[in-house]
Amino acid sequence: MDQRRKILDLLLSNARESTADIARQTGFDEATVEESIAELEDEGVVRGYQAVVDWQQRAGDGEHVQAEVELNVELDRETGYEDIARRIVKFPQVTSLRLFSGDYDFAILVEGESMHDVSQFISEQIAPIPEVTQTVTHFVMETYKDRGIVFGDRDDDDRLSISP
Amino acid sequence: MRIADRVERVPPSGIRRFFELAEEKEEIISLGVGEPDFSAPWAARTAAIGSLERGRTSYTANRGMRELRTQIADHVRRYDLDYDPDEEILVTTGASEALDVAMRAFVDPGDCVAVHQPSYISYVPGVVFAGGEPLAVPTRPENDFALTYEDLTNAGAEDAEVLVLCYPNNPTGATMSRSELAEVAEFAVKHDLTVLSDEIYAALTYVGEHTSIATFPGMRERTVVFNGFSKAYAMTGLRLGYALGPPEAIRAMNRIHQYSMLSAPTTAQYAALEALRSCGDEVVEMRDQYDRRRRFVLSRFEEMGLDCFEARGAFYAFPHCGGDDERFAEELLRQEDVAVVPGSVFGVGGEGHLRISYATGLDELRTAMNRIERFVDAR
Repeated sequence: MDQRRKILDLLLSNARESTADIARQTGFDEATVEESIAELEDEGVVRGYQAVVDWQQRAGDGEHVQAEVELNVELDRETGYEDIARRIVKFPQVTSLRLFSGDYDFAILVEGESMHDVSQFISEQIAPIPEVTQTVTHFVMETYKDRGIVFGDRDDDDRLSISP
Repeated sequence: MRIADRVERVPPSGIRRFFELAEEKEEIISLGVGEPDFSAPWAARTAAIGSLERGRTSYTANRGMRELRTQIADHVRRYDLDYDPDEEILVTTGASEALDVAMRAFVDPGDCVAVHQPSYISYVPGVVFAGGEPLAVPTRPENDFALTYEDLTNAGAEDAEVLVLCYPNNPTGATMSRSELAEVAEFAVKHDLTVLSDEIYAALTYVGEHTSIATFPGMRERTVVFNGFSKAYAMTGLRLGYALGPPEAIRAMNRIHQYSMLSAPTTAQYAALEALRSCGDEVVEMRDQYDRRRRFVLSRFEEMGLDCFEARGAFYAFPHCGGDDERFAEELLRQEDVAVVPGSVFGVGGEGHLRISYATGLDELRTAMNRIERFVDAR
C-alpha cells in the first residue's frame, strides 16, 4: 500500500487524527504526513472533514429528519445529468447527490428539522425542476451505521482485565 | 483432601495478583490483555450458528473433522509446512490442549524440558504437570530476546529431552530470523531434542515473514508445531487449535486426546473451517491495525525515553522499566489506572520489563501512553 493510501485510511477511520499520531502509526516523519495531506486536499482527493453525528443522541429539543429521495429525470440535447446535478447540489438541504444505475437516475439525501420541512422542500424545490419526471421519498426511520461507524449501544469490552 | 504433589509444585500464576488488583478498580485502561480486542470474523460466527441450527452437535472424529484438517493442511503451506491431514494433524481444544497433550506424550517423569524465557506462563506448569523438570533458558534483550545457540549452551539445554519454542513470542513480541532459527535447529539436531514450537502468533508477524523451525533440515521429524484460531482470527473463546507433527507424534498425542477430550468442540470446528475458507482478508485487516498500534506504541516509548526493543510480532511490546517491574506495574495501576503485566511473571529475563499489550483501540492506547509518560516523568 502506498504512503498516501495509508494516510488516507487513517483519516478515513478518524479525521481528527493528529499528524503526529499518523506519523507514529505509519513510521513516516511528520513533515511527510503534513505534505501528503496537503497534496490530497489540493488535488481534491480529500474534499472535506465532517463529524459523523448520531442525531438520535443529540441533546436538547428539536427533530432532525433525513429522507432518501429517488429522482427520475428526462434528458434532452441541451440538458445532461451534469446540468441537473449542478442545479440540485446548490440546495443546502441536499447533503448528498449521486447518479445511480438501475430503476432511477439520482438519489439525494435531504435533511431538515421536520418531516414537513423535508416534504415541502421536495415538493416546492425539487419536483418542479423541469427535467424531473418523478420523485419517490423514503424517510429514514433509524440509522444503524453511517460512513463505517456503527450507531447504537457501544460494544462493551467483555475481556478479562488481565489475561496471559 | 490430598492434592497431588505435581499440582502443589506449581504456584498460582503471577498474573493472578495483578488481575485481582485491576478488578478492585472501577475504571482502568488495561494493556494487560493477552487476547485480541476484535470479535471473530462474522462469517466464522455465522458458520458456528449455522452448524447449531442444523443440529451439528455430535462428537467429530478424535483428530477433528477431516474437512477441517484438509483446510488446515492447505493453510499451513503458506509457511512451507506440508502435513498429511490423515496422519499428521490433530485438531485440539485450543493450542493450549495441544501443548498439554504434547507434554504428556513426550515427557517422562524426570525428563528435562528446556523452556526459553521470558515466555508464556503455561509452559513451565505444563512441564511440571507432565512430571518433567523445567529448565529455564534465559534469552537476552541485547539479542532482541531471540534464542541463540549460546543461550541454550549456557543453560545446559544439551541435557534436555524437549525444547519449547514460542516465536512470535508472548510476552516480548520477539520474532526469529531464518539464521537465528537455523542455530536453534542445529542445536536441536545435534543434541537430539524434540521441539514443541508454539506458533500461535505466526500470522501476526510485521517485519519479514514467519518461518517455522519445522522447515529446517532434520527438524520435521523432531518437531510438533502448534497453531490455532485464537490470535489471528480473534476466536479465543471458541477454543480451537491444532498440532502438526510426524505420524508417530500425532498418534501419541491423539491417544491422550481421545481419552481426555474425545474431540475439539464441534461448533468451533465449523467456525474454524469457515475462517480458513473465507476470513483471510479480516486477518490481514486486524494485522494491519495491530501493526499501526505497534508502531505507535514503540514510537511513544522512544519519546518518553523508556528503552524498548523493536517487537516484530504478536501484539506485545516489552519495554525496560528499570528496577522492580512488579512495583512499577502496581504503582502505575494505583496512580494512573493503567494495567500492565510485570515482565518477571514470564520467567527469568523478564525482570525489569513490562508486557504491554496493544490489543486495544488507538484512543485508549493514546490515553494510556500519555498516562505512562506522566508516570515515568514523575518518577
